[in-house]
Amino acid sequence: MYKYDNYDQAMVDTRVAEFRDQVRRRIDGSLSEEHFRPLRLQNGLYLQLHAYMLRVAIPYGTLNSAQMKVLGDIADRYDRGYGHFTTRQNIQYNWIKLDETPDLLAELAAVEMHAIQTSGNCIRNISSDQYAGAAADEIVDPRPYAELLRQWSSFHPEFLVLPRKFKIAVIASETDRAAMKLHDIGIRIVKNDAGEIGAAFYAGGGMGRTPMIAPCINPFVPLDHLITYSEACLRVYNRHGRRDNKYKARIKILVHELGRDEYVRQVEEEFAHLLTQNIEPPLAELERIKAHFTDPAFDASAPDTLDLSNPAFARWVKANTAAHKQPGYVIATISLKPVGGIPGDATADQIRLMADLAKAYSFDELRVTHAQNIVLPHVRKADLFTLWQSLEAAGLGTANLDSIGDIIACPGLDYCSLANARSIPLAQKISERFAAPEKQDAIGELKLKISGCINACGHHHAGHIGILGVDRKGVENYQLLLGGCEGDDTSLGTITGPGFNEDGIVDAVEKATEVYLANKQDEERFLDTYRRIGMAPFKEAIYG
Amino acid sequence: MVESQFRFRSDEPVADPAVTVDSFGEQTNAAAVRIEPGDDARELLPHLDRIKLVEVNFPVFTDGRGFSSARILREAGYTGELRAVGELPVDHLALLRRCGFDALAPSNTIDPAEAEDAFNRWPDVYQATGDGRTPIWALRHGAKRNG
Repeated sequence: MYKYDNYDQAMVDTRVAEFRDQVRRRIDGSLSEEHFRPLRLQNGLYLQLHAYMLRVAIPYGTLNSAQMKVLGDIADRYDRGYGHFTTRQNIQYNWIKLDETPDLLAELAAVEMHAIQTSGNCIRNISSDQYAGAAADEIVDPRPYAELLRQWSSFHPEFLVLPRKFKIAVIASETDRAAMKLHDIGIRIVKNDAGEIGAAFYAGGGMGRTPMIAPCINPFVPLDHLITYSEACLRVYNRHGRRDNKYKARIKILVHELGRDEYVRQVEEEFAHLLTQNIEPPLAELERIKAHFTDPAFDASAPDTLDLSNPAFARWVKANTAAHKQPGYVIATISLKPVGGIPGDATADQIRLMADLAKAYSFDELRVTHAQNIVLPHVRKADLFTLWQSLEAAGLGTANLDSIGDIIACPGLDYCSLANARSIPLAQKISERFAAPEKQDAIGELKLKISGCINACGHHHAGHIGILGVDRKGVENYQLLLGGCEGDDTSLGTITGPGFNEDGIVDAVEKATEVYLANKQDEERFLDTYRRIGMAPFKEAIYG
Repeated sequence: MVESQFRFRSDEPVADPAVTVDSFGEQTNAAAVRIEPGDDARELLPHLDRIKLVEVNFPVFTDGRGFSSARILREAGYTGELRAVGELPVDHLALLRRCGFDALAPSNTIDPAEAEDAFNRWPDVYQATGDGRTPIWALRHGAKRNG
């Protein structure tokens, strides 16, 4: 994985010094909260309901065991002994003190980490495929391109005061595991007919109160134009994105109002101009970055068989592992969704244990997924049983990846100052309702996503089953959506009808699964059945 | 004329009153123009040879369109004074410089020592923005540091 050189380290260290100075000015009163707000946000620091919340960047979701260990230590030292992995492949701490933040950031910088641009109206931490570098279906590893974009977007002086936040995802596989088309810019690394690698750009996707699927704006940007083309996309947005209404300020509204073709025309015009400005790093720089992402030293003679005689282990293998490009290895996902738990939460001890296991069994590497789980990307099949035993012993052996228990949920009204309803207790209730393994196995793949307000941090639009918490005359109320999907066949969920109270929504989810099981044909997933039979039978069962 | 608290040019400040972008095309004797956030800086490109001063207004620090206006003018070869006016927090000073501004006239007062720290804080930069600084990617591949 990428390793900082002296330049990268100096940038991060300088940022810590700058923020230390800003915090000092805030505390001595020379900086008003109004002016401090955008500065702290660009360092990932929010003021929430009870305390400051700090969001630490995990670029493209990749980290090593030393970094993971520090994340565990920070949970102990600066928080209350746990951290919360997020849908942006980051980690958040919910109980942070302002005056301690500069020291915390200095500890992160010591292991090549930071909280730069994890919030605010700027280009955010870039997300990617959690199976990058390991997936059997990838064209290339997408992370070098994400790293190139990370450096370009960090402290970009023209794009730190954008109309609104800006999220970029980069993938390079057949299967989209990163919800690429639901980002402000989605990039898919592709190969053209001549066998050359390039980038397909999608722009104007997003969730929030006006969910949109990004249209393709350029099917093939050559690799030596990647930065120049990105700069053109951003400049058109910075100049013409709406600033009169924060709810209409995302690029999706600009692309929608201009129309895809007019946005493309403006970008192409800006791109042609910027090509004369020599702003593109040389391909040698991309090659330098790529050299950090070479394959680990796989054991070519690693046995490619697994002993599945232990039924609990066999169940975990079936649910939580994926095919690796290297024979003898698998990709293993650690579920942070135990029955009745808080989705994405891990204790400091669990975080440190996952760091140790990555060191012992996964070439020192971990990934954070947008579904709030942790991936060990390169595990020898021969080590898998031992690994699973260690996970089981630490409460990390839940076998429920992509099942109804693997719920995505935002922090909701328990923490977030924007929320209208609680998300976490609802996720806990649903996971308890469907706790029985045989129940989960019968239902199979079902992605359930909960947001506590229309900002959609819990991706409810993209859930096979989505739940949106709203405030109805001072009472929490939950709306049910069906048929959303984040992957290649991206679709947005449709609201079933009137909302429910907390118990009612759990019952409604169960009824929806019963309709699926009664109508399922062959190997259909919940989503497939819904798409075939439509909303009516579900509505009838839920409201009839 | 707006007094610049920070100026990085050795010529005399332009004292002409700045006219709006709308009226600039018709006022053939005007040499100073003021860009508001909603104005298109590219409308000035046919007239660059007679412009001595462009003021770019930042009525609120949360509107960043002026950063793009500045770069567009510099990229088109404009070498006259480019002055940022309006609400310019100390934390934006280095960004304004990087986008090509060579005069800064904040409506708010900025402590000179804090401004000095802000201008000198970043040893290197990640992007090429036409401000003459050598980006890190060029330094990594043999280029020498400018300025």
